[in-house]
This record gives sequence, C-alpha cells and structure tokens, in this order.
Amino acid sequence: MPIILDRCCEKCSHSQAEPCPMAIECLLDGPLCHESPACSEARNTWKSKVQRSGLSQPVIFAGAGTCGLGAGAGSTIQAIREFLDTRSIPCTIVEVGCIGLCAVEPIVDIMLPGRARVSFAGVTHDRVCALLESMLERGEVPEDMALCQFTGTGETWKGVPLFSEHPFFGPQTRWVLENCGTMNPESLEEYLAAGGYRAFAVTLRTRTPESTCDIVEESGLRGRGGGGFPAGRKWRFALNTPSGSKYVICNADEGDPGAFMDRAVIEGDPHKLIEGIAIASYAVGANKAYIYIRAEYPLAIQRLRKALEQAENQGILGTNIFDSGFDLNIVIKMGAGAFVCGEETALIHSIEGHRGMPSPKPPFPAVSGLFGKPTVINNVETLANVPGILNNGPGWFRSAGTENSPGTKVFALSGKITNTGLIEVAMGTPIHDILFSMGGGIPDGKAFKAVQIGGPSGGCIPDGHTDLRIDYESLGEFGAMMGSGGLVVMDEDTCMVDVAKFFMDFIQRESCGKCIPCREGTRRLLEILNAITRGYRDETPEQALERFRGIVNLERLGQVIRKTSLCGLGQTAPNPVLSTLRWFRDEYEAHIFERKCPAGVCTGLLTFSIDEDACRGCTLCAGKCPTGAVKGARKSPHYIVTSECIGCGACLEVCPFDAVRVH
Amino acid sequence: MMKLTINGKTVEARNGETILEAARKIGLDIPTLCHMEGLAPTGTCRVCVVEDRKTGKLIPSCSYPAAEGMEIATHSNQAVAARKTIIELLLASHPDDCLYCPGNGTCVLQRYAQELGVRQRSYSGARNRINLDVSSPSIIRDPEKCILCGRCVRVCSEVQGVSAIDFTGRGSGAQVACAFDEGLNISSCVNCGQCVMVCPTGSLTERRDVERVMKALDDPEVTVVVQHAPAVSVSLAEEFGLKPGSDIVDKMNAAFRRMGFDSVFPTSFSADLTVMEEANELVQRVRNGGPFPMFTSCSPGWIKFLEEFHPEMLGNASTCKSPQQMMGAVIKRLWAPANNLDPRKVFSVSIMPCTAKKFEAARPEMGGDTQDVDAVLTTRELAELIRIFGIDIAMLEGEPADSPFGDRSSAGKLFGASGGVMEAAARTAFHMLTGENLAELKLDEVRGLDEVKETTLLINGLELRVAVVSGLGNAGRLLKDIIAGKRTYHFVEVMSCPGGCINGGGQPYLTNPERVRARMQTLYEIDRNASLRVAHENPSIKALYRDFLEEPGSERAHHLLHTEYTAREVLR
Repeated sequence: MPIILDRCCEKCSHSQAEPCPMAIECLLDGPLCHESPACSEARNTWKSKVQRSGLSQPVIFAGAGTCGLGAGAGSTIQAIREFLDTRSIPCTIVEVGCIGLCAVEPIVDIMLPGRARVSFAGVTHDRVCALLESMLERGEVPEDMALCQFTGTGETWKGVPLFSEHPFFGPQTRWVLENCGTMNPESLEEYLAAGGYRAFAVTLRTRTPESTCDIVEESGLRGRGGGGFPAGRKWRFALNTPSGSKYVICNADEGDPGAFMDRAVIEGDPHKLIEGIAIASYAVGANKAYIYIRAEYPLAIQRLRKALEQAENQGILGTNIFDSGFDLNIVIKMGAGAFVCGEETALIHSIEGHRGMPSPKPPFPAVSGLFGKPTVINNVETLANVPGILNNGPGWFRSAGTENSPGTKVFALSGKITNTGLIEVAMGTPIHDILFSMGGGIPDGKAFKAVQIGGPSGGCIPDGHTDLRIDYESLGEFGAMMGSGGLVVMDEDTCMVDVAKFFMDFIQRESCGKCIPCREGTRRLLEILNAITRGYRDETPEQALERFRGIVNLERLGQVIRKTSLCGLGQTAPNPVLSTLRWFRDEYEAHIFERKCPAGVCTGLLTFSIDEDACRGCTLCAGKCPTGAVKGARKSPHYIVTSECIGCGACLEVCPFDAVRVH
Repeated sequence: MMKLTINGKTVEARNGETILEAARKIGLDIPTLCHMEGLAPTGTCRVCVVEDRKTGKLIPSCSYPAAEGMEIATHSNQAVAARKTIIELLLASHPDDCLYCPGNGTCVLQRYAQELGVRQRSYSGARNRINLDVSSPSIIRDPEKCILCGRCVRVCSEVQGVSAIDFTGRGSGAQVACAFDEGLNISSCVNCGQCVMVCPTGSLTERRDVERVMKALDDPEVTVVVQHAPAVSVSLAEEFGLKPGSDIVDKMNAAFRRMGFDSVFPTSFSADLTVMEEANELVQRVRNGGPFPMFTSCSPGWIKFLEEFHPEMLGNASTCKSPQQMMGAVIKRLWAPANNLDPRKVFSVSIMPCTAKKFEAARPEMGGDTQDVDAVLTTRELAELIRIFGIDIAMLEGEPADSPFGDRSSAGKLFGASGGVMEAAARTAFHMLTGENLAELKLDEVRGLDEVKETTLLINGLELRVAVVSGLGNAGRLLKDIIAGKRTYHFVEVMSCPGGCINGGGQPYLTNPERVRARMQTLYEIDRNASLRVAHENPSIKALYRDFLEEPGSERAHHLLHTEYTAREVLR
C-alpha cells in the first residue's frame, strides 16, 4: 500500500532513495512542483475515497478499544459479520478506538451512503440484528439506541442529537481525542488525509530545533503526566546539553488505578502520538526514541507496532526523513507493569535493562538520562498535543485553558458516576461540570461525597468544593494534584478510611523498596489503617494500645514519608491518608473513637441488632450464630448480645424476614 | 568554586561537590547508611537529609550538589526528627537481638539509634521472616537484618563485577538475594567478603570457625599449628584500639602460644616459597614462549572468578598453590612426618585477612585423607579468640615465630599489599635469569593503591611487560582488554580486593581508606628496614629445597605445591 511513495506522474521525483521534502504537503495540496489537472484530480479522488465521501455502500464502525472489547464488542462484530454474510449485504466494517463514553459500550456507528454517521450505544451481540435490520434494510434509525450523529458526513437524521449537542460530547474540547473512535487507527491513509504528519514534515523543512522548542514553549504546554513541567523548557534543556546522542522517551506506562487516557489515545490514534514523538525528537536532536508501554496493553502495543511499521515503510521514520538529513528510529519497550516505572528515572533504568528503581535527581534526565545521555521523557498525552500546536500555532493552543495551564486535559471518569469514560475538556473547567453535566452525576440517586483526582498519589476533592477549576495552579493550591488525570468518584456509600486503605495498599505493594521511608513507612501506614478498620471484638489491650500509638504517629509518619522519600511515588505516597484525613477527619474519628464505620463499609466495625417488630421468632438466626450471641424464645422477638457478637453477619444472611439491622 | 553556608558557616565547594562532602570539610558528620566513597550516590537510605533553609525542604546531602548561596542546616529539628523516624522505621522491621548479633558494637544502625535517642519502639507491626543463608563456606547472610542500603549489592557489582546478589521483590517484600532465591554457594559469589566489609549491620558476616579451633586447642591428642598471613599483623592492632598500621607480629606470636598453639609460622615464609615456584614458572614460560600473560594465583576469589567467568583463560593462571595452601601442604605432608606426627592428628589453622580463604581451604584438591588447612580464621575472628582467652595483647612481650618455617624475606611480607607479589616475584625471577640481584629492589611502579599499575621490566635485554590489578571489577575489565588483544603482558598480578589483602574481606570492620593506606605503608617500611629482602636468599627456603623439594618446579615440588583449576557452572 504505497501512498506517499506513489508518484502521480513522471514529473514527481519523490522516491525512497531520494525523498522529497514536500512529499506530505504535496500529497494533500499538490502537485506542488508542477501544474497538472490530472495529478490534482488523482489526489482529490484519493482523499475523498479515504475520507468516505460519496459512499456506494454502508460502513459500520465498531468501537473496538479495550473498553469496547471488554463490553462485548468482539461478539458484536462477529454478529455483524454473520448478519451481513447471511443476508449478503455489501458493507464495510471498520474497527475504531474508543470514543470515550465507555459506560455505553459496545458502541457501533453506521454510515449509510449520503446520510450522516450515527452512533449507537449498547450494541451487544443480541441487539445487532434489530439495529442492522432497521438501518440497513429499512433505513430507519432506532431512536432508543441512537447516541448522536456526526455533521458533515451527509444528510442528518431527524430525532438524533448532533455530536456537538450531546450532553457528554458537546461541552468537550476534543483535541487530543479528535480522532479517537472516529478514525480507523490502523489506517495511515486516513491519518494522512486528515492532515496527519504535516506538522512533522513542515517542521523538518522550515524549522530549526531551537524554533521548534520556542513554539512549544510559547504554547505553554505542560507535562500531562503529573508534574506539569513545561514541555518546551524540558526540550530546551536537552537540546542545550551537548552530547553525541540524545533520546526521547514516551512514557506510556500508565499505572494509576482508574487512568486509561493513554491507552485510549494509542488504541484510537497511534499516528498522532508517533508524530508528536517525531517532532520532539527533532526538536531535541534525538535519533532514537523509545515508547515505554506496559505489557498489559496488548491491543495498544499491536496498534503501535502496526503504525510504526507503516510510518517506516513510507519513509516517515528512518534515515534522511523527507530529505531533511534527520534520522529517527522509534522502538517499543514493554514494561512489566510496575507502577514505579512511570517515574522517569526508574523508567530509564528499566529500559537500560536494570531493575526499575528510581535514582536521585539532580541530575535530571534532560541532562543525564538514558545511558547517561540527555533524555526527554514526556507522557502520551503531552506528545499527542504537539502536532496540533505545530500545525495551528501557540496562539491556537492558548485559546483553550487558562493563562498558566493552556490547552485541554483528558480525564478518565470512573467509580460512582453515570457516564464512566474519557472526556477532554479545556483546562480550568469546574469539576462540577465534569461530574454532573458531562459525567451525568451519581447513579441511583445517591449523594456525591468526593472525587479522587490524580490516582493514588493525588488527593480528594470533597463535596462543597466542586466549583474548583481543574488546572495545575488551582489544584496545587487546593492541596490536590492533576496527576495523569484519573477521576475516581465516590458517593455516600464510600468509606473514606477504606479508600485511603485501598490506595495505601496499592502504593505499599508498588513501592520499589529502595528508599526506607517509602518501603517501611507505607507499610506501617497501611497497618495503622488496617488496625483502625479491623474488628475490635478480639482485640487485646496491647493491640488496642498499638492501635492508638499508630494513630498518634499517623500524621507525623505521613509527613516524613512525604518530605524524605526518594522519588515522586514515595513523596506522594501518604497523600491518600493526608488528604482524606484533612477533609474527612470525622470519619476517621468515628472509626477510632466510636469504632463505627459511618458508611457501613468496614465490616469489622459493624454491629447487628434485631428489629423486634419484624422478627417472628423463627430461631433460624439463633441456630446459625456461631457464638450464641442471638438470644430469644421461639415465636418471640430475638435480640443480639453485642459483647458476644463477632460481626460475622450470618444472622443477616439467614433471616427470612429482613429483621436484622446493621449499624 | 562556590560558596554556601552550612549551619551558619560559609563553606567553599567545588562544582559537582555534594552537600555531604562540603559538610565533611568543616568537620560535620551527617549520618548515612548507604553512602559509599568513590561510587555514585544512590540516595537510598534518606538518613542524610538536611534542611534547605530557604525552601524548608529536606534534601539528601549525599546526592544533592552544593550550589551557590545555599543555606543548609544539617541538624535542624526537622532534619533530626526525620532521621530519627527513618531509623525507627528500620527498627520496626528489624530483629530485636542486638545482644546475639555478630554486628553488636560495630553496627551502624545500632549506633544511629543510640545517637538519635531512640528509646522506645514507636512503630510496630509485621516483620519479614526470611531464612538464613548458610550455604556458603565463607559468608553467612541473614536477610532479616538487612536494611536494604544496597552497599553489598553495589560493591559486588560495581567494584567486584561479580553481581552475585541483587534486589528482588517489591515494596516491603523487597530483599537482597541471589538469583532465583538460591543460596550463595551456587551463585557466582567468589567469597571475597567485600560485602561483609561494607554491611552496616550484622546481616553479612563470615562463617565462624572459632569454636572448631578452640576444640582442637583443647584436645591433648592434637597438635595445633597456626600460620598467619602477612596482612594480619599490620591490621590486628586496630581491633585492640592500637594505632592503625602498627605491626604487632611478635606480640601475635606470643598470643598464639598463650592460647595453646603448638607451632607458629608466618605465611610470609610460604609466600617466599610461592615466589620461588612462581618465578620459576614465569622463567619457564619465558623460555617456552608462553602462555602469556601468566596470572598470579594467590587470591582465591580471583581464581574462582576465572573459573566462573573466563574458564578459557585458566591455562594462563599460575599453577602455584597460594601461600596458605603451600604452607598447609608443607606442614601436613613434610613437617608432620619429619616430626613423627600423624597428619590426621595435626590441626592446621590459618589466620587470613580473607573470607575466600575459607573456601579455598575446603577445595577438594587441597588435601587427601585430611585437608591441608583445617580451619581458617579471619583477622576479626583472631581478635575474638584473643579476647576469649583474656589476653591483653598490648601487654605481651614479643616472641619470634617457630622454626623451621619462621624465617621470611620481606618480599614474602609484601604479599599483603597489591603489587607485592609482583615485586617479590620480579626480584627472584631477575635472579633466576641473570644470576644477580636487581640493583634497585624497590619497584615503585607497582606500589600504591592505584587500580591498575603497569611497567616493563628489563632483564638481560628481555622486556617483560607486567601489570598489577586489584579489585575484581578492574581485573575483569583488564582481562577483557587482554582477551581482545588491546593489552599484552607477560605477567599480571591480580588481587581480588581493592588494594590487596590489607583491604581483605576478613579485616577489621570499619576499615577505611586511611587505615588501608597505613597498613600498606607499614609493609613498605618492613621491606625498607629488612636485611633479607629476596625470597631466594631465605635460608629456611634453601633448606627446604635442599632437604625435601630439590629445586623449584621439581616433580616433588609440583606434586606438593601446585594445583589445577576447573571451569565452574554457576548462576550468573
């Protein structure tokens, strides 16, 4: 499938051996070096074919990202094929990445010739038949399944909301995710036809590395991986450090529980990332770049591999790219799934073949990184922003977001929220809008309690503060952090001590074990949390004393871990405790002093009683009680002697009259 | 140069110097558990954090470069409290058995806990239970006492190039272990004991043989003979609070007798014997055209290193046994029969600055019906034995060693330092080839603590290219260059430990570069002041050849004093 290498006529001199600097622009706007209506026409034909204008047969787009496949997209696609085969309907099926509304996957889009492309939600395999019969055979949109339709793709349908008006999609500013879920991620042609690699080609032809760094610096793009360090400045450090070889590393080791932005970008639009890496490499003078991606992302790796191969075959990567004299080789390096390998220096050691353990900074990687050479490490979302900035200029980038946090940010919504999935919004958007307008609020009419932002290293934002605008400064002032952009929503049924315990458990298991405060401190923090949520019935006086001593030490220990740990993982490790302690001290106190879990989550602290009015005296519970704590005569209301109860909950399970109450 | 203030005092620092280095220049001791002089900082222990007064942040002084205008408080309340918490955290997962611990008294963790005023157990909870590794003939590992400072891992990989141990596991389950959690015995460990020297706790120690020696001393049926290595008499003094670098060989002889050893011989005697055999082997190789380079074989860690990593080069190693094993063979196979003693009733003890010697003594090639050397004690174990016997060594009157192996040349004594074997062998090889002694016996080019030293010896128009290397990491790199043809030599001296036996893995804890230098200077001083400075003029050596061994390289000598090596399959 040669595209760029296809010559329109004898006058085109572009070839693998002697590449033309204008090849990409020529493909889109050409021919540039000669006048020829036939050659122009050939380009237009190619473009409209790739962009599916003037379809002769329907196209079905199936959301086949990891989230879609998890929701059953595999069976859906199979059911679609069977349907088309048995009825001999000529139709193209395109597998696309995730469009972001993971809650209603599998999502299938259908585009009939001349009509607008429509998205359908919840298309499980058993609903395929009804959908396709309606669309392909009757030409009717089943409105109960329709999500929205895309303008500019043909005549719109009545009764189907436009993408831009949809409550989930409408308020978003989709720059990084622009192609995710709509474009075929395995097609280089589609990416090229949409203007892909133009930013890279123009940069190679017209800009110096310095001016490229200038543009990125002017745009104000900040690292989207957590720290928020200005990307352009980081590049310039590396550019200005003299060295025979330099490296660019794309950090795709997305490890926060509840974060899946990078995966979606790679699965949905791998070429955008590759273009970003290529521009960054040129800007710092790196001829080799690594994509460090966790092995748990097999689909993303597969799509990246394919995209890299396509780019190499077309001379977009390799030696003397577009006759610029610039060489670039991009290598995929799979990580074994250690959370700490998301930390720059640990990631570098992992690539070097060593154990993934961080080392002290300074020296910073931009000065001495991979194999001791200047190395720029940016995360996926940061790099995916780069082509847009180079295409449209820093001013365009600053048109969204705030003064100090320009651009957009992708967030992964998960937990107790209606619309779980990915959204991309302008920086500075209030949390309230994200959760309650786009996110659709809390399901089942429950009350919102807090949202954890930034994964285990982040902090929580409680109810009453949802007017907080999400940007680096506001979050920092609030004592939270952007992190990579995971938003885990919690409702009234969530116990905040339990949440802190969950994150502490995660962190202490994922600590690399190198520095003492993180290795030993997180373990003790977790033990203290375990002690205050554990059942107290068999607690010895010594254990009770230990528990209290732990509580006394909790904050001090957290502060020492924060202030003395070696890397970002350790320095932020106590955040879940410190942050929940700050906003939900009353819940901690209820656990500690009253030995009660207000949310009813910590089972060890539950007490049971029997509702006299509901109890019929059937004796089932008394028979099941392993300690004989349930007393009472047959046919008269029973009661539980709390001091004998071990809180196992057996009575609750067996009661046929729902008479057992939990407190 | 830049200026910063530390605890209110202005300090000048060079570019690249760390805060720790700057602070040490003005006499401030900042505690650290992981810092290693000469190696890049890893920032592991965080005990060295100091307060940056301008930001209020705690920064690790061992890795943070000093910068112009910094205001540092090394012992602010915040820094000291953080340090104390870190020590308390370590203690929370540390066994409570200081009284039973081999590290008691030398343990750095114990010292810091004392100094920082840890008087109660602030944190308690689960502790890792990990089995002892007693598989090695030389080194015992107690992973429960390990604080994961990483010093052993670094010395093993970065200094020695062996990498027998590394970190495994994550979080609080992290530990230092051998590959596949196997024992040290089947790892690539060469038993050099450098890990023992750098361990700040009692997690790494030598295998203790003190009881076996005491049992033999107490047995009236058994004749106990002891030999002591040249590097022991110049370091033992430190164990008893005497000045580093003091040579107390005569007092040591007396102490041995007070403890009940029947005969006391210096290993320097058999070092002279090694010189004779090794110089002869070199001369033979020169005459036969190789194989070159010939490597010395005195250092058992180096021999195991070769057997593991470069078995293809084993033919280049001298076939000479080490001085310890030559002495062992001579005692059991010549001296015992000559004195009408059953070798099985002779218990041969050697005092070595080395843990690998324990492994060497146990090698199957080194004995027959009974091992040539029955027990090897390190310098530390000797000090322990002397304390058990209640001997105040400073009070003892010096005594000479026993005959017939009590005489030594100062060449044999030089074996204790890197370059010493080369110097001793060169003196005798020159004599063997020319019939004359070198005009200047001292070979300055191979002296000192440099990692690799090289020179060319001119003997009768023959140019002999020689090199001296210490530290197995350096040796490994040199060996690679030799294999690749980048360097060519006739003779290479290799000692496993940086600086040689004076810095061996069996030397007193708290050995530091100054002490190593003092020990080395003492050896040079002994050589300078000696009247007998070449092995071939040692009258006892001459007598040994006359009465038993005929001449260097004879069949008799070969049988008794030479050995062979085999390739080893290990995890590496």
